Amino acid sequence: MIQSIHSVSLCLLLLTLFASSSCSQSNVNFPKSDQPLTFEPVNEDFSNPWSFVFLPDASMLVTEKEGELFHVVEGVKNPEPVQGLPEVYVRGQGGLMDLELHPDYEENGWLYISYGLSPEGESGGNTAVMRAKLADNKLMDQEVIFQATPNSTKGQHWGGRMEFDRDGYLYISVGDRGARDDNPQSLSNHSGKIHRIHDDGSIPADNPFTGEDGAIHSIYSYGHRNPQGMAMHPETGEIWTHEHGPRGGDELNRIQEGVNYGWPVITYGINYSGTKITDITEKEGMEQPVYYWVPSIAPCGMTFVTSDLYPQWQTSVLIGSLKFNYIHRCELEGNKVVKHEKVADGLGRIRTVREGPDGYLYASVEGKGLFKLVPK
Amino acid sequence: MIKLIMTFLVGLCIMVQPIQDEKLVESMKRGKETYEDFCITCHMAEGEGVPGAFPPLAGADYLLENRTASIRAVKYGQQGEIVVNGKKYNSIMTPLYLEDNEVADVMNYILNSWGNEGKYVSEEEVASVEKE
Repeated sequence: MIQSIHSVSLCLLLLTLFASSSCSQSNVNFPKSDQPLTFEPVNEDFSNPWSFVFLPDASMLVTEKEGELFHVVEGVKNPEPVQGLPEVYVRGQGGLMDLELHPDYEENGWLYISYGLSPEGESGGNTAVMRAKLADNKLMDQEVIFQATPNSTKGQHWGGRMEFDRDGYLYISVGDRGARDDNPQSLSNHSGKIHRIHDDGSIPADNPFTGEDGAIHSIYSYGHRNPQGMAMHPETGEIWTHEHGPRGGDELNRIQEGVNYGWPVITYGINYSGTKITDITEKEGMEQPVYYWVPSIAPCGMTFVTSDLYPQWQTSVLIGSLKFNYIHRCELEGNKVVKHEKVADGLGRIRTVREGPDGYLYASVEGKGLFKLVPK
Repeated sequence: MIKLIMTFLVGLCIMVQPIQDEKLVESMKRGKETYEDFCITCHMAEGEGVPGAFPPLAGADYLLENRTASIRAVKYGQQGEIVVNGKKYNSIMTPLYLEDNEVADVMNYILNSWGNEGKYVSEEEVASVEKE
């Protein structure tokens, strides 16, 4: 009975969404890609490889969410974790998260690491970013360049993704930390925001809220829930993100300066209990997503395809689905999604997708390890 | 004499029962909060799970018949194939980093909600469950 009431209300919700849909529509059944892939294991000795980067020598650095960093050279994992990490506050969805290289890494050697930080003597934590240099499997010259507020013992919504743009700005996502009514719409804390900083943690003078008293000056956009994917569009240079909705309402967003993305005032999602969060999905002064998903796919990890090895996937963005164990391909025309496909169906709970220096796509998968996606 | 002991025991039970219930109710209340922080994204509000992806907790034979394994899963995470109500699930629940008292609370909540019935889980019981 409860089930059927749910189905009826879901149908009604979907009908409403279709009726009011402007830029997006929802579809549960995405077709499978007709480009088959082989999942070649690179290294399967990982339990929760949240993220990875390729160093200039094509070796990989891989984070284990529980707080260890490993170096993988030609598929072989150094059993000794990299030394010199900060103390990581592991709690719920938070822990050791993303990795990013400075655009001039070969000259300056700066590696960026996002993680859960619980300040000494305080309870709870939030997302922070350290930069450091790697030598002989050790981190050196560590500097904490970003630390989000407020601290919370809640387990959810840390964001934790980073990306550099062409101008050398570093973008960092921070989730709402489970306080949707307090954080995302307030400019006086870091949570539920995309931040933009210089490579040394200083605040760009032309950030949108630097002139506002009481505002956190690193904020670049706000009204976000939990962005666990971020990538720079290879043609426009813009930063794109996606974020987890609650029950339904996952979003793909194009990040623009000073813009409010609406959470939780507008959303295409509902509470897990089935009750409403809000009556509205659109509001003036709040940006609509490029695309939204109902039901949720639980997006994590994101990359635009530029490699020639996947010619039929040019102008596409790939997004991991934690919930349904596949990679979602959105084909773009300009800033619109014109086609959807399920890629790498059955690969597992994907955390990160990236193109490697050899042009192949790589993915890290919870409980499974690192894989290379080879077209058949 | 036997009658006296019986009366005493019955009386004791009547006295102890509400204390035990109150303890359970309080633990479940805290457990509901933890559940809504850490578990609801996959197991959903009514413990119904997501068909094909995340197993249900409501009326779940696995949970109700594998008390220690269930505590272990909440405490340390869970990976590999399990069968819940005749359906196979082969996914991963990564460790959540809950404190032992939080594991006990959330266990009490899921063992006694949505029609489930289970015995009280104490913090000490959680502490005694070791990683496999």
